[in-house]
Amino acid sequence: MRQLPRLLFFTLLVRPVLFLILGFNVRHRERLPVRGPAIIVANHNSHLDAPVLMSLLPLRLLPRIRPVAAADYFLSNRWLAWFALHIIGIIPLRMGGRQPKETLLAEIAAALQNDSIIILFPEGTRGEPEKFGKFRAGIGVLAEWFPQVPIHPIYLYGLGKALPRGEILLVPFFCDVFVGTALRGEGGDRRSFMARLDGTMRRLAEENKTATWE
Amino acid sequence: MNLALGSGVYMVLAGVWLFLILATIGVERLAARGRSVEELQQRISSWWTIVVVCSIALLLSRTVALVFFALVSFLALKEYLSLIPTRRADRRVLFWAYLSIPIQYYWIGIEWYGMFIIFVPVYMFLLLPVAMILVGETQGYLRAAGTLHWGLMSMVFSLSHLAFLLVLPHVGGQAIGERAVSGQGLVLFLIVLTQLNDVAQYCWGKLLGRRRIAPKVSPNKTVEGFVGGVLSTVLIAYGLGPWLTPFTPLDTLLAGLLIGIAGFFGDLGISALKRDLGIKDSGTLLPGHGGILDRVDSLTYTAPLFFHFTRYYYF
Repeated sequence: MRQLPRLLFFTLLVRPVLFLILGFNVRHRERLPVRGPAIIVANHNSHLDAPVLMSLLPLRLLPRIRPVAAADYFLSNRWLAWFALHIIGIIPLRMGGRQPKETLLAEIAAALQNDSIIILFPEGTRGEPEKFGKFRAGIGVLAEWFPQVPIHPIYLYGLGKALPRGEILLVPFFCDVFVGTALRGEGGDRRSFMARLDGTMRRLAEENKTATWE
Repeated sequence: MNLALGSGVYMVLAGVWLFLILATIGVERLAARGRSVEELQQRISSWWTIVVVCSIALLLSRTVALVFFALVSFLALKEYLSLIPTRRADRRVLFWAYLSIPIQYYWIGIEWYGMFIIFVPVYMFLLLPVAMILVGETQGYLRAAGTLHWGLMSMVFSLSHLAFLLVLPHVGGQAIGERAVSGQGLVLFLIVLTQLNDVAQYCWGKLLGRRRIAPKVSPNKTVEGFVGGVLSTVLIAYGLGPWLTPFTPLDTLLAGLLIGIAGFFGDLGISALKRDLGIKDSGTLLPGHGGILDRVDSLTYTAPLFFHFTRYYYF
């Protein structure tokens, strides 16, 4: 029952609006996760990133999807917090401070044990539109803790044009989605995993033939 | 019931459906024999989408048809603007460009020909650069203004002629001769011929194609494909004309010739655009075809030219 408002919000509003106003060109759709537990990692340019990734998966998976989002931003006021937690279903991440990674990532770990599909933006911020920032190490820690869980790298292009940071006017652009083959943490250390992930993301970005910002 | 809708429209639509059913059966039988026809199957299933949606839009009501054509313009413009380089500074300008679509189709809805024919080429042409100037970014100004206007002219102005055909007999006022003329008939004539022309050029090219016309733009386009395609289109036009148009037999042949030649160059225009941008398909909206631009490319040329041919001689 707790999922109902969320299901309605995505079925009646988010999906129709995204599919009509934006529209997607998905390359390698067959590589998307079909069950949990799984982790989706993507580059981050826009508030639309998470809703788009959530709309690409079938509706039956929606109850399992949990995007990870910065607590200081999304829990900053009561209304936004309610919306973020109950409608979008975020896992708030309390970044900063000197806390052990076990505390920082505890809720994500628990969700993965619960067969959730985690959406993570390891750049940590939306940053400059359509510029690719460096991935932070948290995803490497998760890969180490859950060596069997598939980690799906996805490169998004176009959403930073449609709704970049600091803008409220949504301008229609097709969104290109490049889905990479899933990686797993097993058989290697954190550093080598991060290198593999980074390489995959760059190769996906190179698949994008669309002309970029002038 | 829609009085303007001649029975010819139903007959031709039924013919299109029958043709597609036969094509589907044919391809499925090839597939059953283990032939690799996956791309053909995708194409046909996309054709089903196009034909079903077009049929509904044409038969239901004029408003539905106008909304449908506006949507096609929107999808085409969106695809175009997503493919070309744009400047961050122009985000708002692009938003205004999108707004021109409902306005342009509104002029058609109220049957205001004078405004319909100058709104994009005059007003949008002058106003969008004003919006750019007010933003104040001069780096790349000419390219941004030029590419945006090219997109608006092709995807909004040109394609909207398809929709104006729908209201043209009403605007023109009188029925020609003893036959009532329906806008749906003209639209159907144009769409069916333009699409069959593409298919015919492709088939003749595959069958006999040897001498390339524009090897740098599209290596698949040959003299043989072009001539075979145009002749086929003229022939089909001659067969369809009496069912859908008020044209004399000679005019029907001329209309077929016009659509055949114009469609060819519309197709090549989008090919040149894609070559320039270094991409193969404009999108993935219609599996087997590519994006919507790959399907409406010929129409951006045939729609305005066929429209003015019809308007000049008959309305």
